[in-house]
Amino acid sequence: MIRRTHPEPGDPAAGNGVLSRRIFLEAALVAGATGAGLSRGSAEPLTVQPWMKVPGPGFAGYGQPSPFESKVVKVFPPPPNPAGVGSSRTPLHMLEGMITPSGLHFERSHSGIPEIDPDQHRLVIHGLVKRPLVFTVEALSRYPMQSRIAFIECGGNSQALNAPQAQPLNVAAIHGLLGCSEWTGVRLSTLLDEAGIEPQARWVIAEGADAAAMSRSIPLAKAMDDALLCLYQNGERVRPSNGYPVRLLLPGFEGNMNVKWLRRLKLTADPAMTKDETSKYTILLKDEKAWQFVFPMEVKSVITRPSPGLTLRGPGFYEISGQAWSGNGSIRQVDVSADGGRSWAPAALQGPILPKAPVRFRAAWQWNGGPAVLQSRATDDTGMVQPTRAQFGDERGLRGVYHYNAIASWRIDEKGEASNVYV
Amino acid sequence: MFTSKSIAVCVSVLTSASAALAQSPQFGQPIEPADIAAWDISIGPDGAGLPPGRGTAIEGEAIYVAKCQACHGEKGIGPSVALAGALVGGMGTLAPDKTPIKTVGSYWPYATTLFDFVRRAMPFQESKSLTADEVYAVTAYILDLNGIVGSNDVIDAQSLPKVRMPNRDGFIPFPRNPK
Repeated sequence: MIRRTHPEPGDPAAGNGVLSRRIFLEAALVAGATGAGLSRGSAEPLTVQPWMKVPGPGFAGYGQPSPFESKVVKVFPPPPNPAGVGSSRTPLHMLEGMITPSGLHFERSHSGIPEIDPDQHRLVIHGLVKRPLVFTVEALSRYPMQSRIAFIECGGNSQALNAPQAQPLNVAAIHGLLGCSEWTGVRLSTLLDEAGIEPQARWVIAEGADAAAMSRSIPLAKAMDDALLCLYQNGERVRPSNGYPVRLLLPGFEGNMNVKWLRRLKLTADPAMTKDETSKYTILLKDEKAWQFVFPMEVKSVITRPSPGLTLRGPGFYEISGQAWSGNGSIRQVDVSADGGRSWAPAALQGPILPKAPVRFRAAWQWNGGPAVLQSRATDDTGMVQPTRAQFGDERGLRGVYHYNAIASWRIDEKGEASNVYV
Repeated sequence: MFTSKSIAVCVSVLTSASAALAQSPQFGQPIEPADIAAWDISIGPDGAGLPPGRGTAIEGEAIYVAKCQACHGEKGIGPSVALAGALVGGMGTLAPDKTPIKTVGSYWPYATTLFDFVRRAMPFQESKSLTADEVYAVTAYILDLNGIVGSNDVIDAQSLPKVRMPNRDGFIPFPRNPK
């Protein structure tokens, strides 16, 4: 037997059919990692379709997805809650790559989506500054801009996995409060410097122009580090549901702090202790204490395909694909398991790998048609490893609601159907 | 070959160019604090920002019944709108292994937060419509329902920050925030 230093494409890399990631680097797949197990009879004869014979429709001012993609939509609960309160969720299982289409970016709002006339909108900076200043959107648009690709994840994402029993939910329902855009705007530090920060200032209270005037206290250090006042999302003006005409981006910090429809920034010595940083977005631990001001969304990953609703069509080759992200930095590694975490193999990471942005990971899997439990485990460049559900619960219990980032599991049954399970 | 004159011109161009680069654009318009007042609704836990006015729980009950009860339920229990949450009760449910019921009384660390939130965001269908007296009164009523103040206690800018909430010491810093 010849001992090879490097695995070949198609080589098993972990238990229950996980193959070497080298398959993504090679031009040709080797036998055994193709459609083995599928019966592949001859294809039907090709026919000439109607759209091949007559001209199609003309141009549209704003393009829309194919009508055949009408199922790719955000999901949100029906009434009785007042319209626009609560959240809509991104259908992660129907998307690829790292960017969320703007129309599918999740929403969390507390009093609907305000219809803001950008000519009437104002942003005021005041409090512990030398010169209180007010900005029009037009004025903001004249500053030098920066773009960065960054995720926004709601602090309440994946909270369904705190439940004692695994719920029959899909990716969107569990993990869909996650989106990623290319955001473009003005560095907040530029405007704070212009206003002149008083030495006793430590916090910035950010407030929206929505009817709820949603408000959070932001550490001044973060405001001066990488905070961005976003005017553009994926190349076009920020969508109303995501904060038009200007929203705050705090890369890596919990979604609620990225205040939308931003109208006011007040510099203070102490936090305001707003409703959303006391009664909400605090993490009740195993004892009676709660963590407050939990800023970064810690390292996390989720397999989006296969996942509930995306049934496997018989044994053979499948790509396991998902997203991994960390609010503390860049993703360094993602491991994938098909046997519920007993054995792991590294997944291929799709570049570019950017700090505080999701990474698409891919692993090759030869499904033998038997039971499997798929998991992914991300590690970031601070060395933090995504915890198991048991490790997560050991540290903080499962009463915290927010910032759930433990390893998630999809069971695949003999019919190829995936379901949410705990292992 | 450079003449001394052309060098002088180059130096002068460089100097003015770097001066232009060093001056960052300034498009903010100065505004007087008095002209910000209508928007400056933040209330600090020390009471900073609380407006003049006053109210008691007895006065607040009628406002609550008219403007709040439809969503938040009679006496702050049993909200008809799930996201409204219970305002009252849940004392003792933060204890280990219990299912927490996080209300104003059982969980909120500062009474000033209640005034701040009611004034900015409530009533849901017409936020920012209550007078300062009405916000003080309905704040007093919710605190009274939780047994934190008396039904005749006057709640105003002086007394509200002094209200000691039962879970005032329930919060600790997250140990892994970025430095």
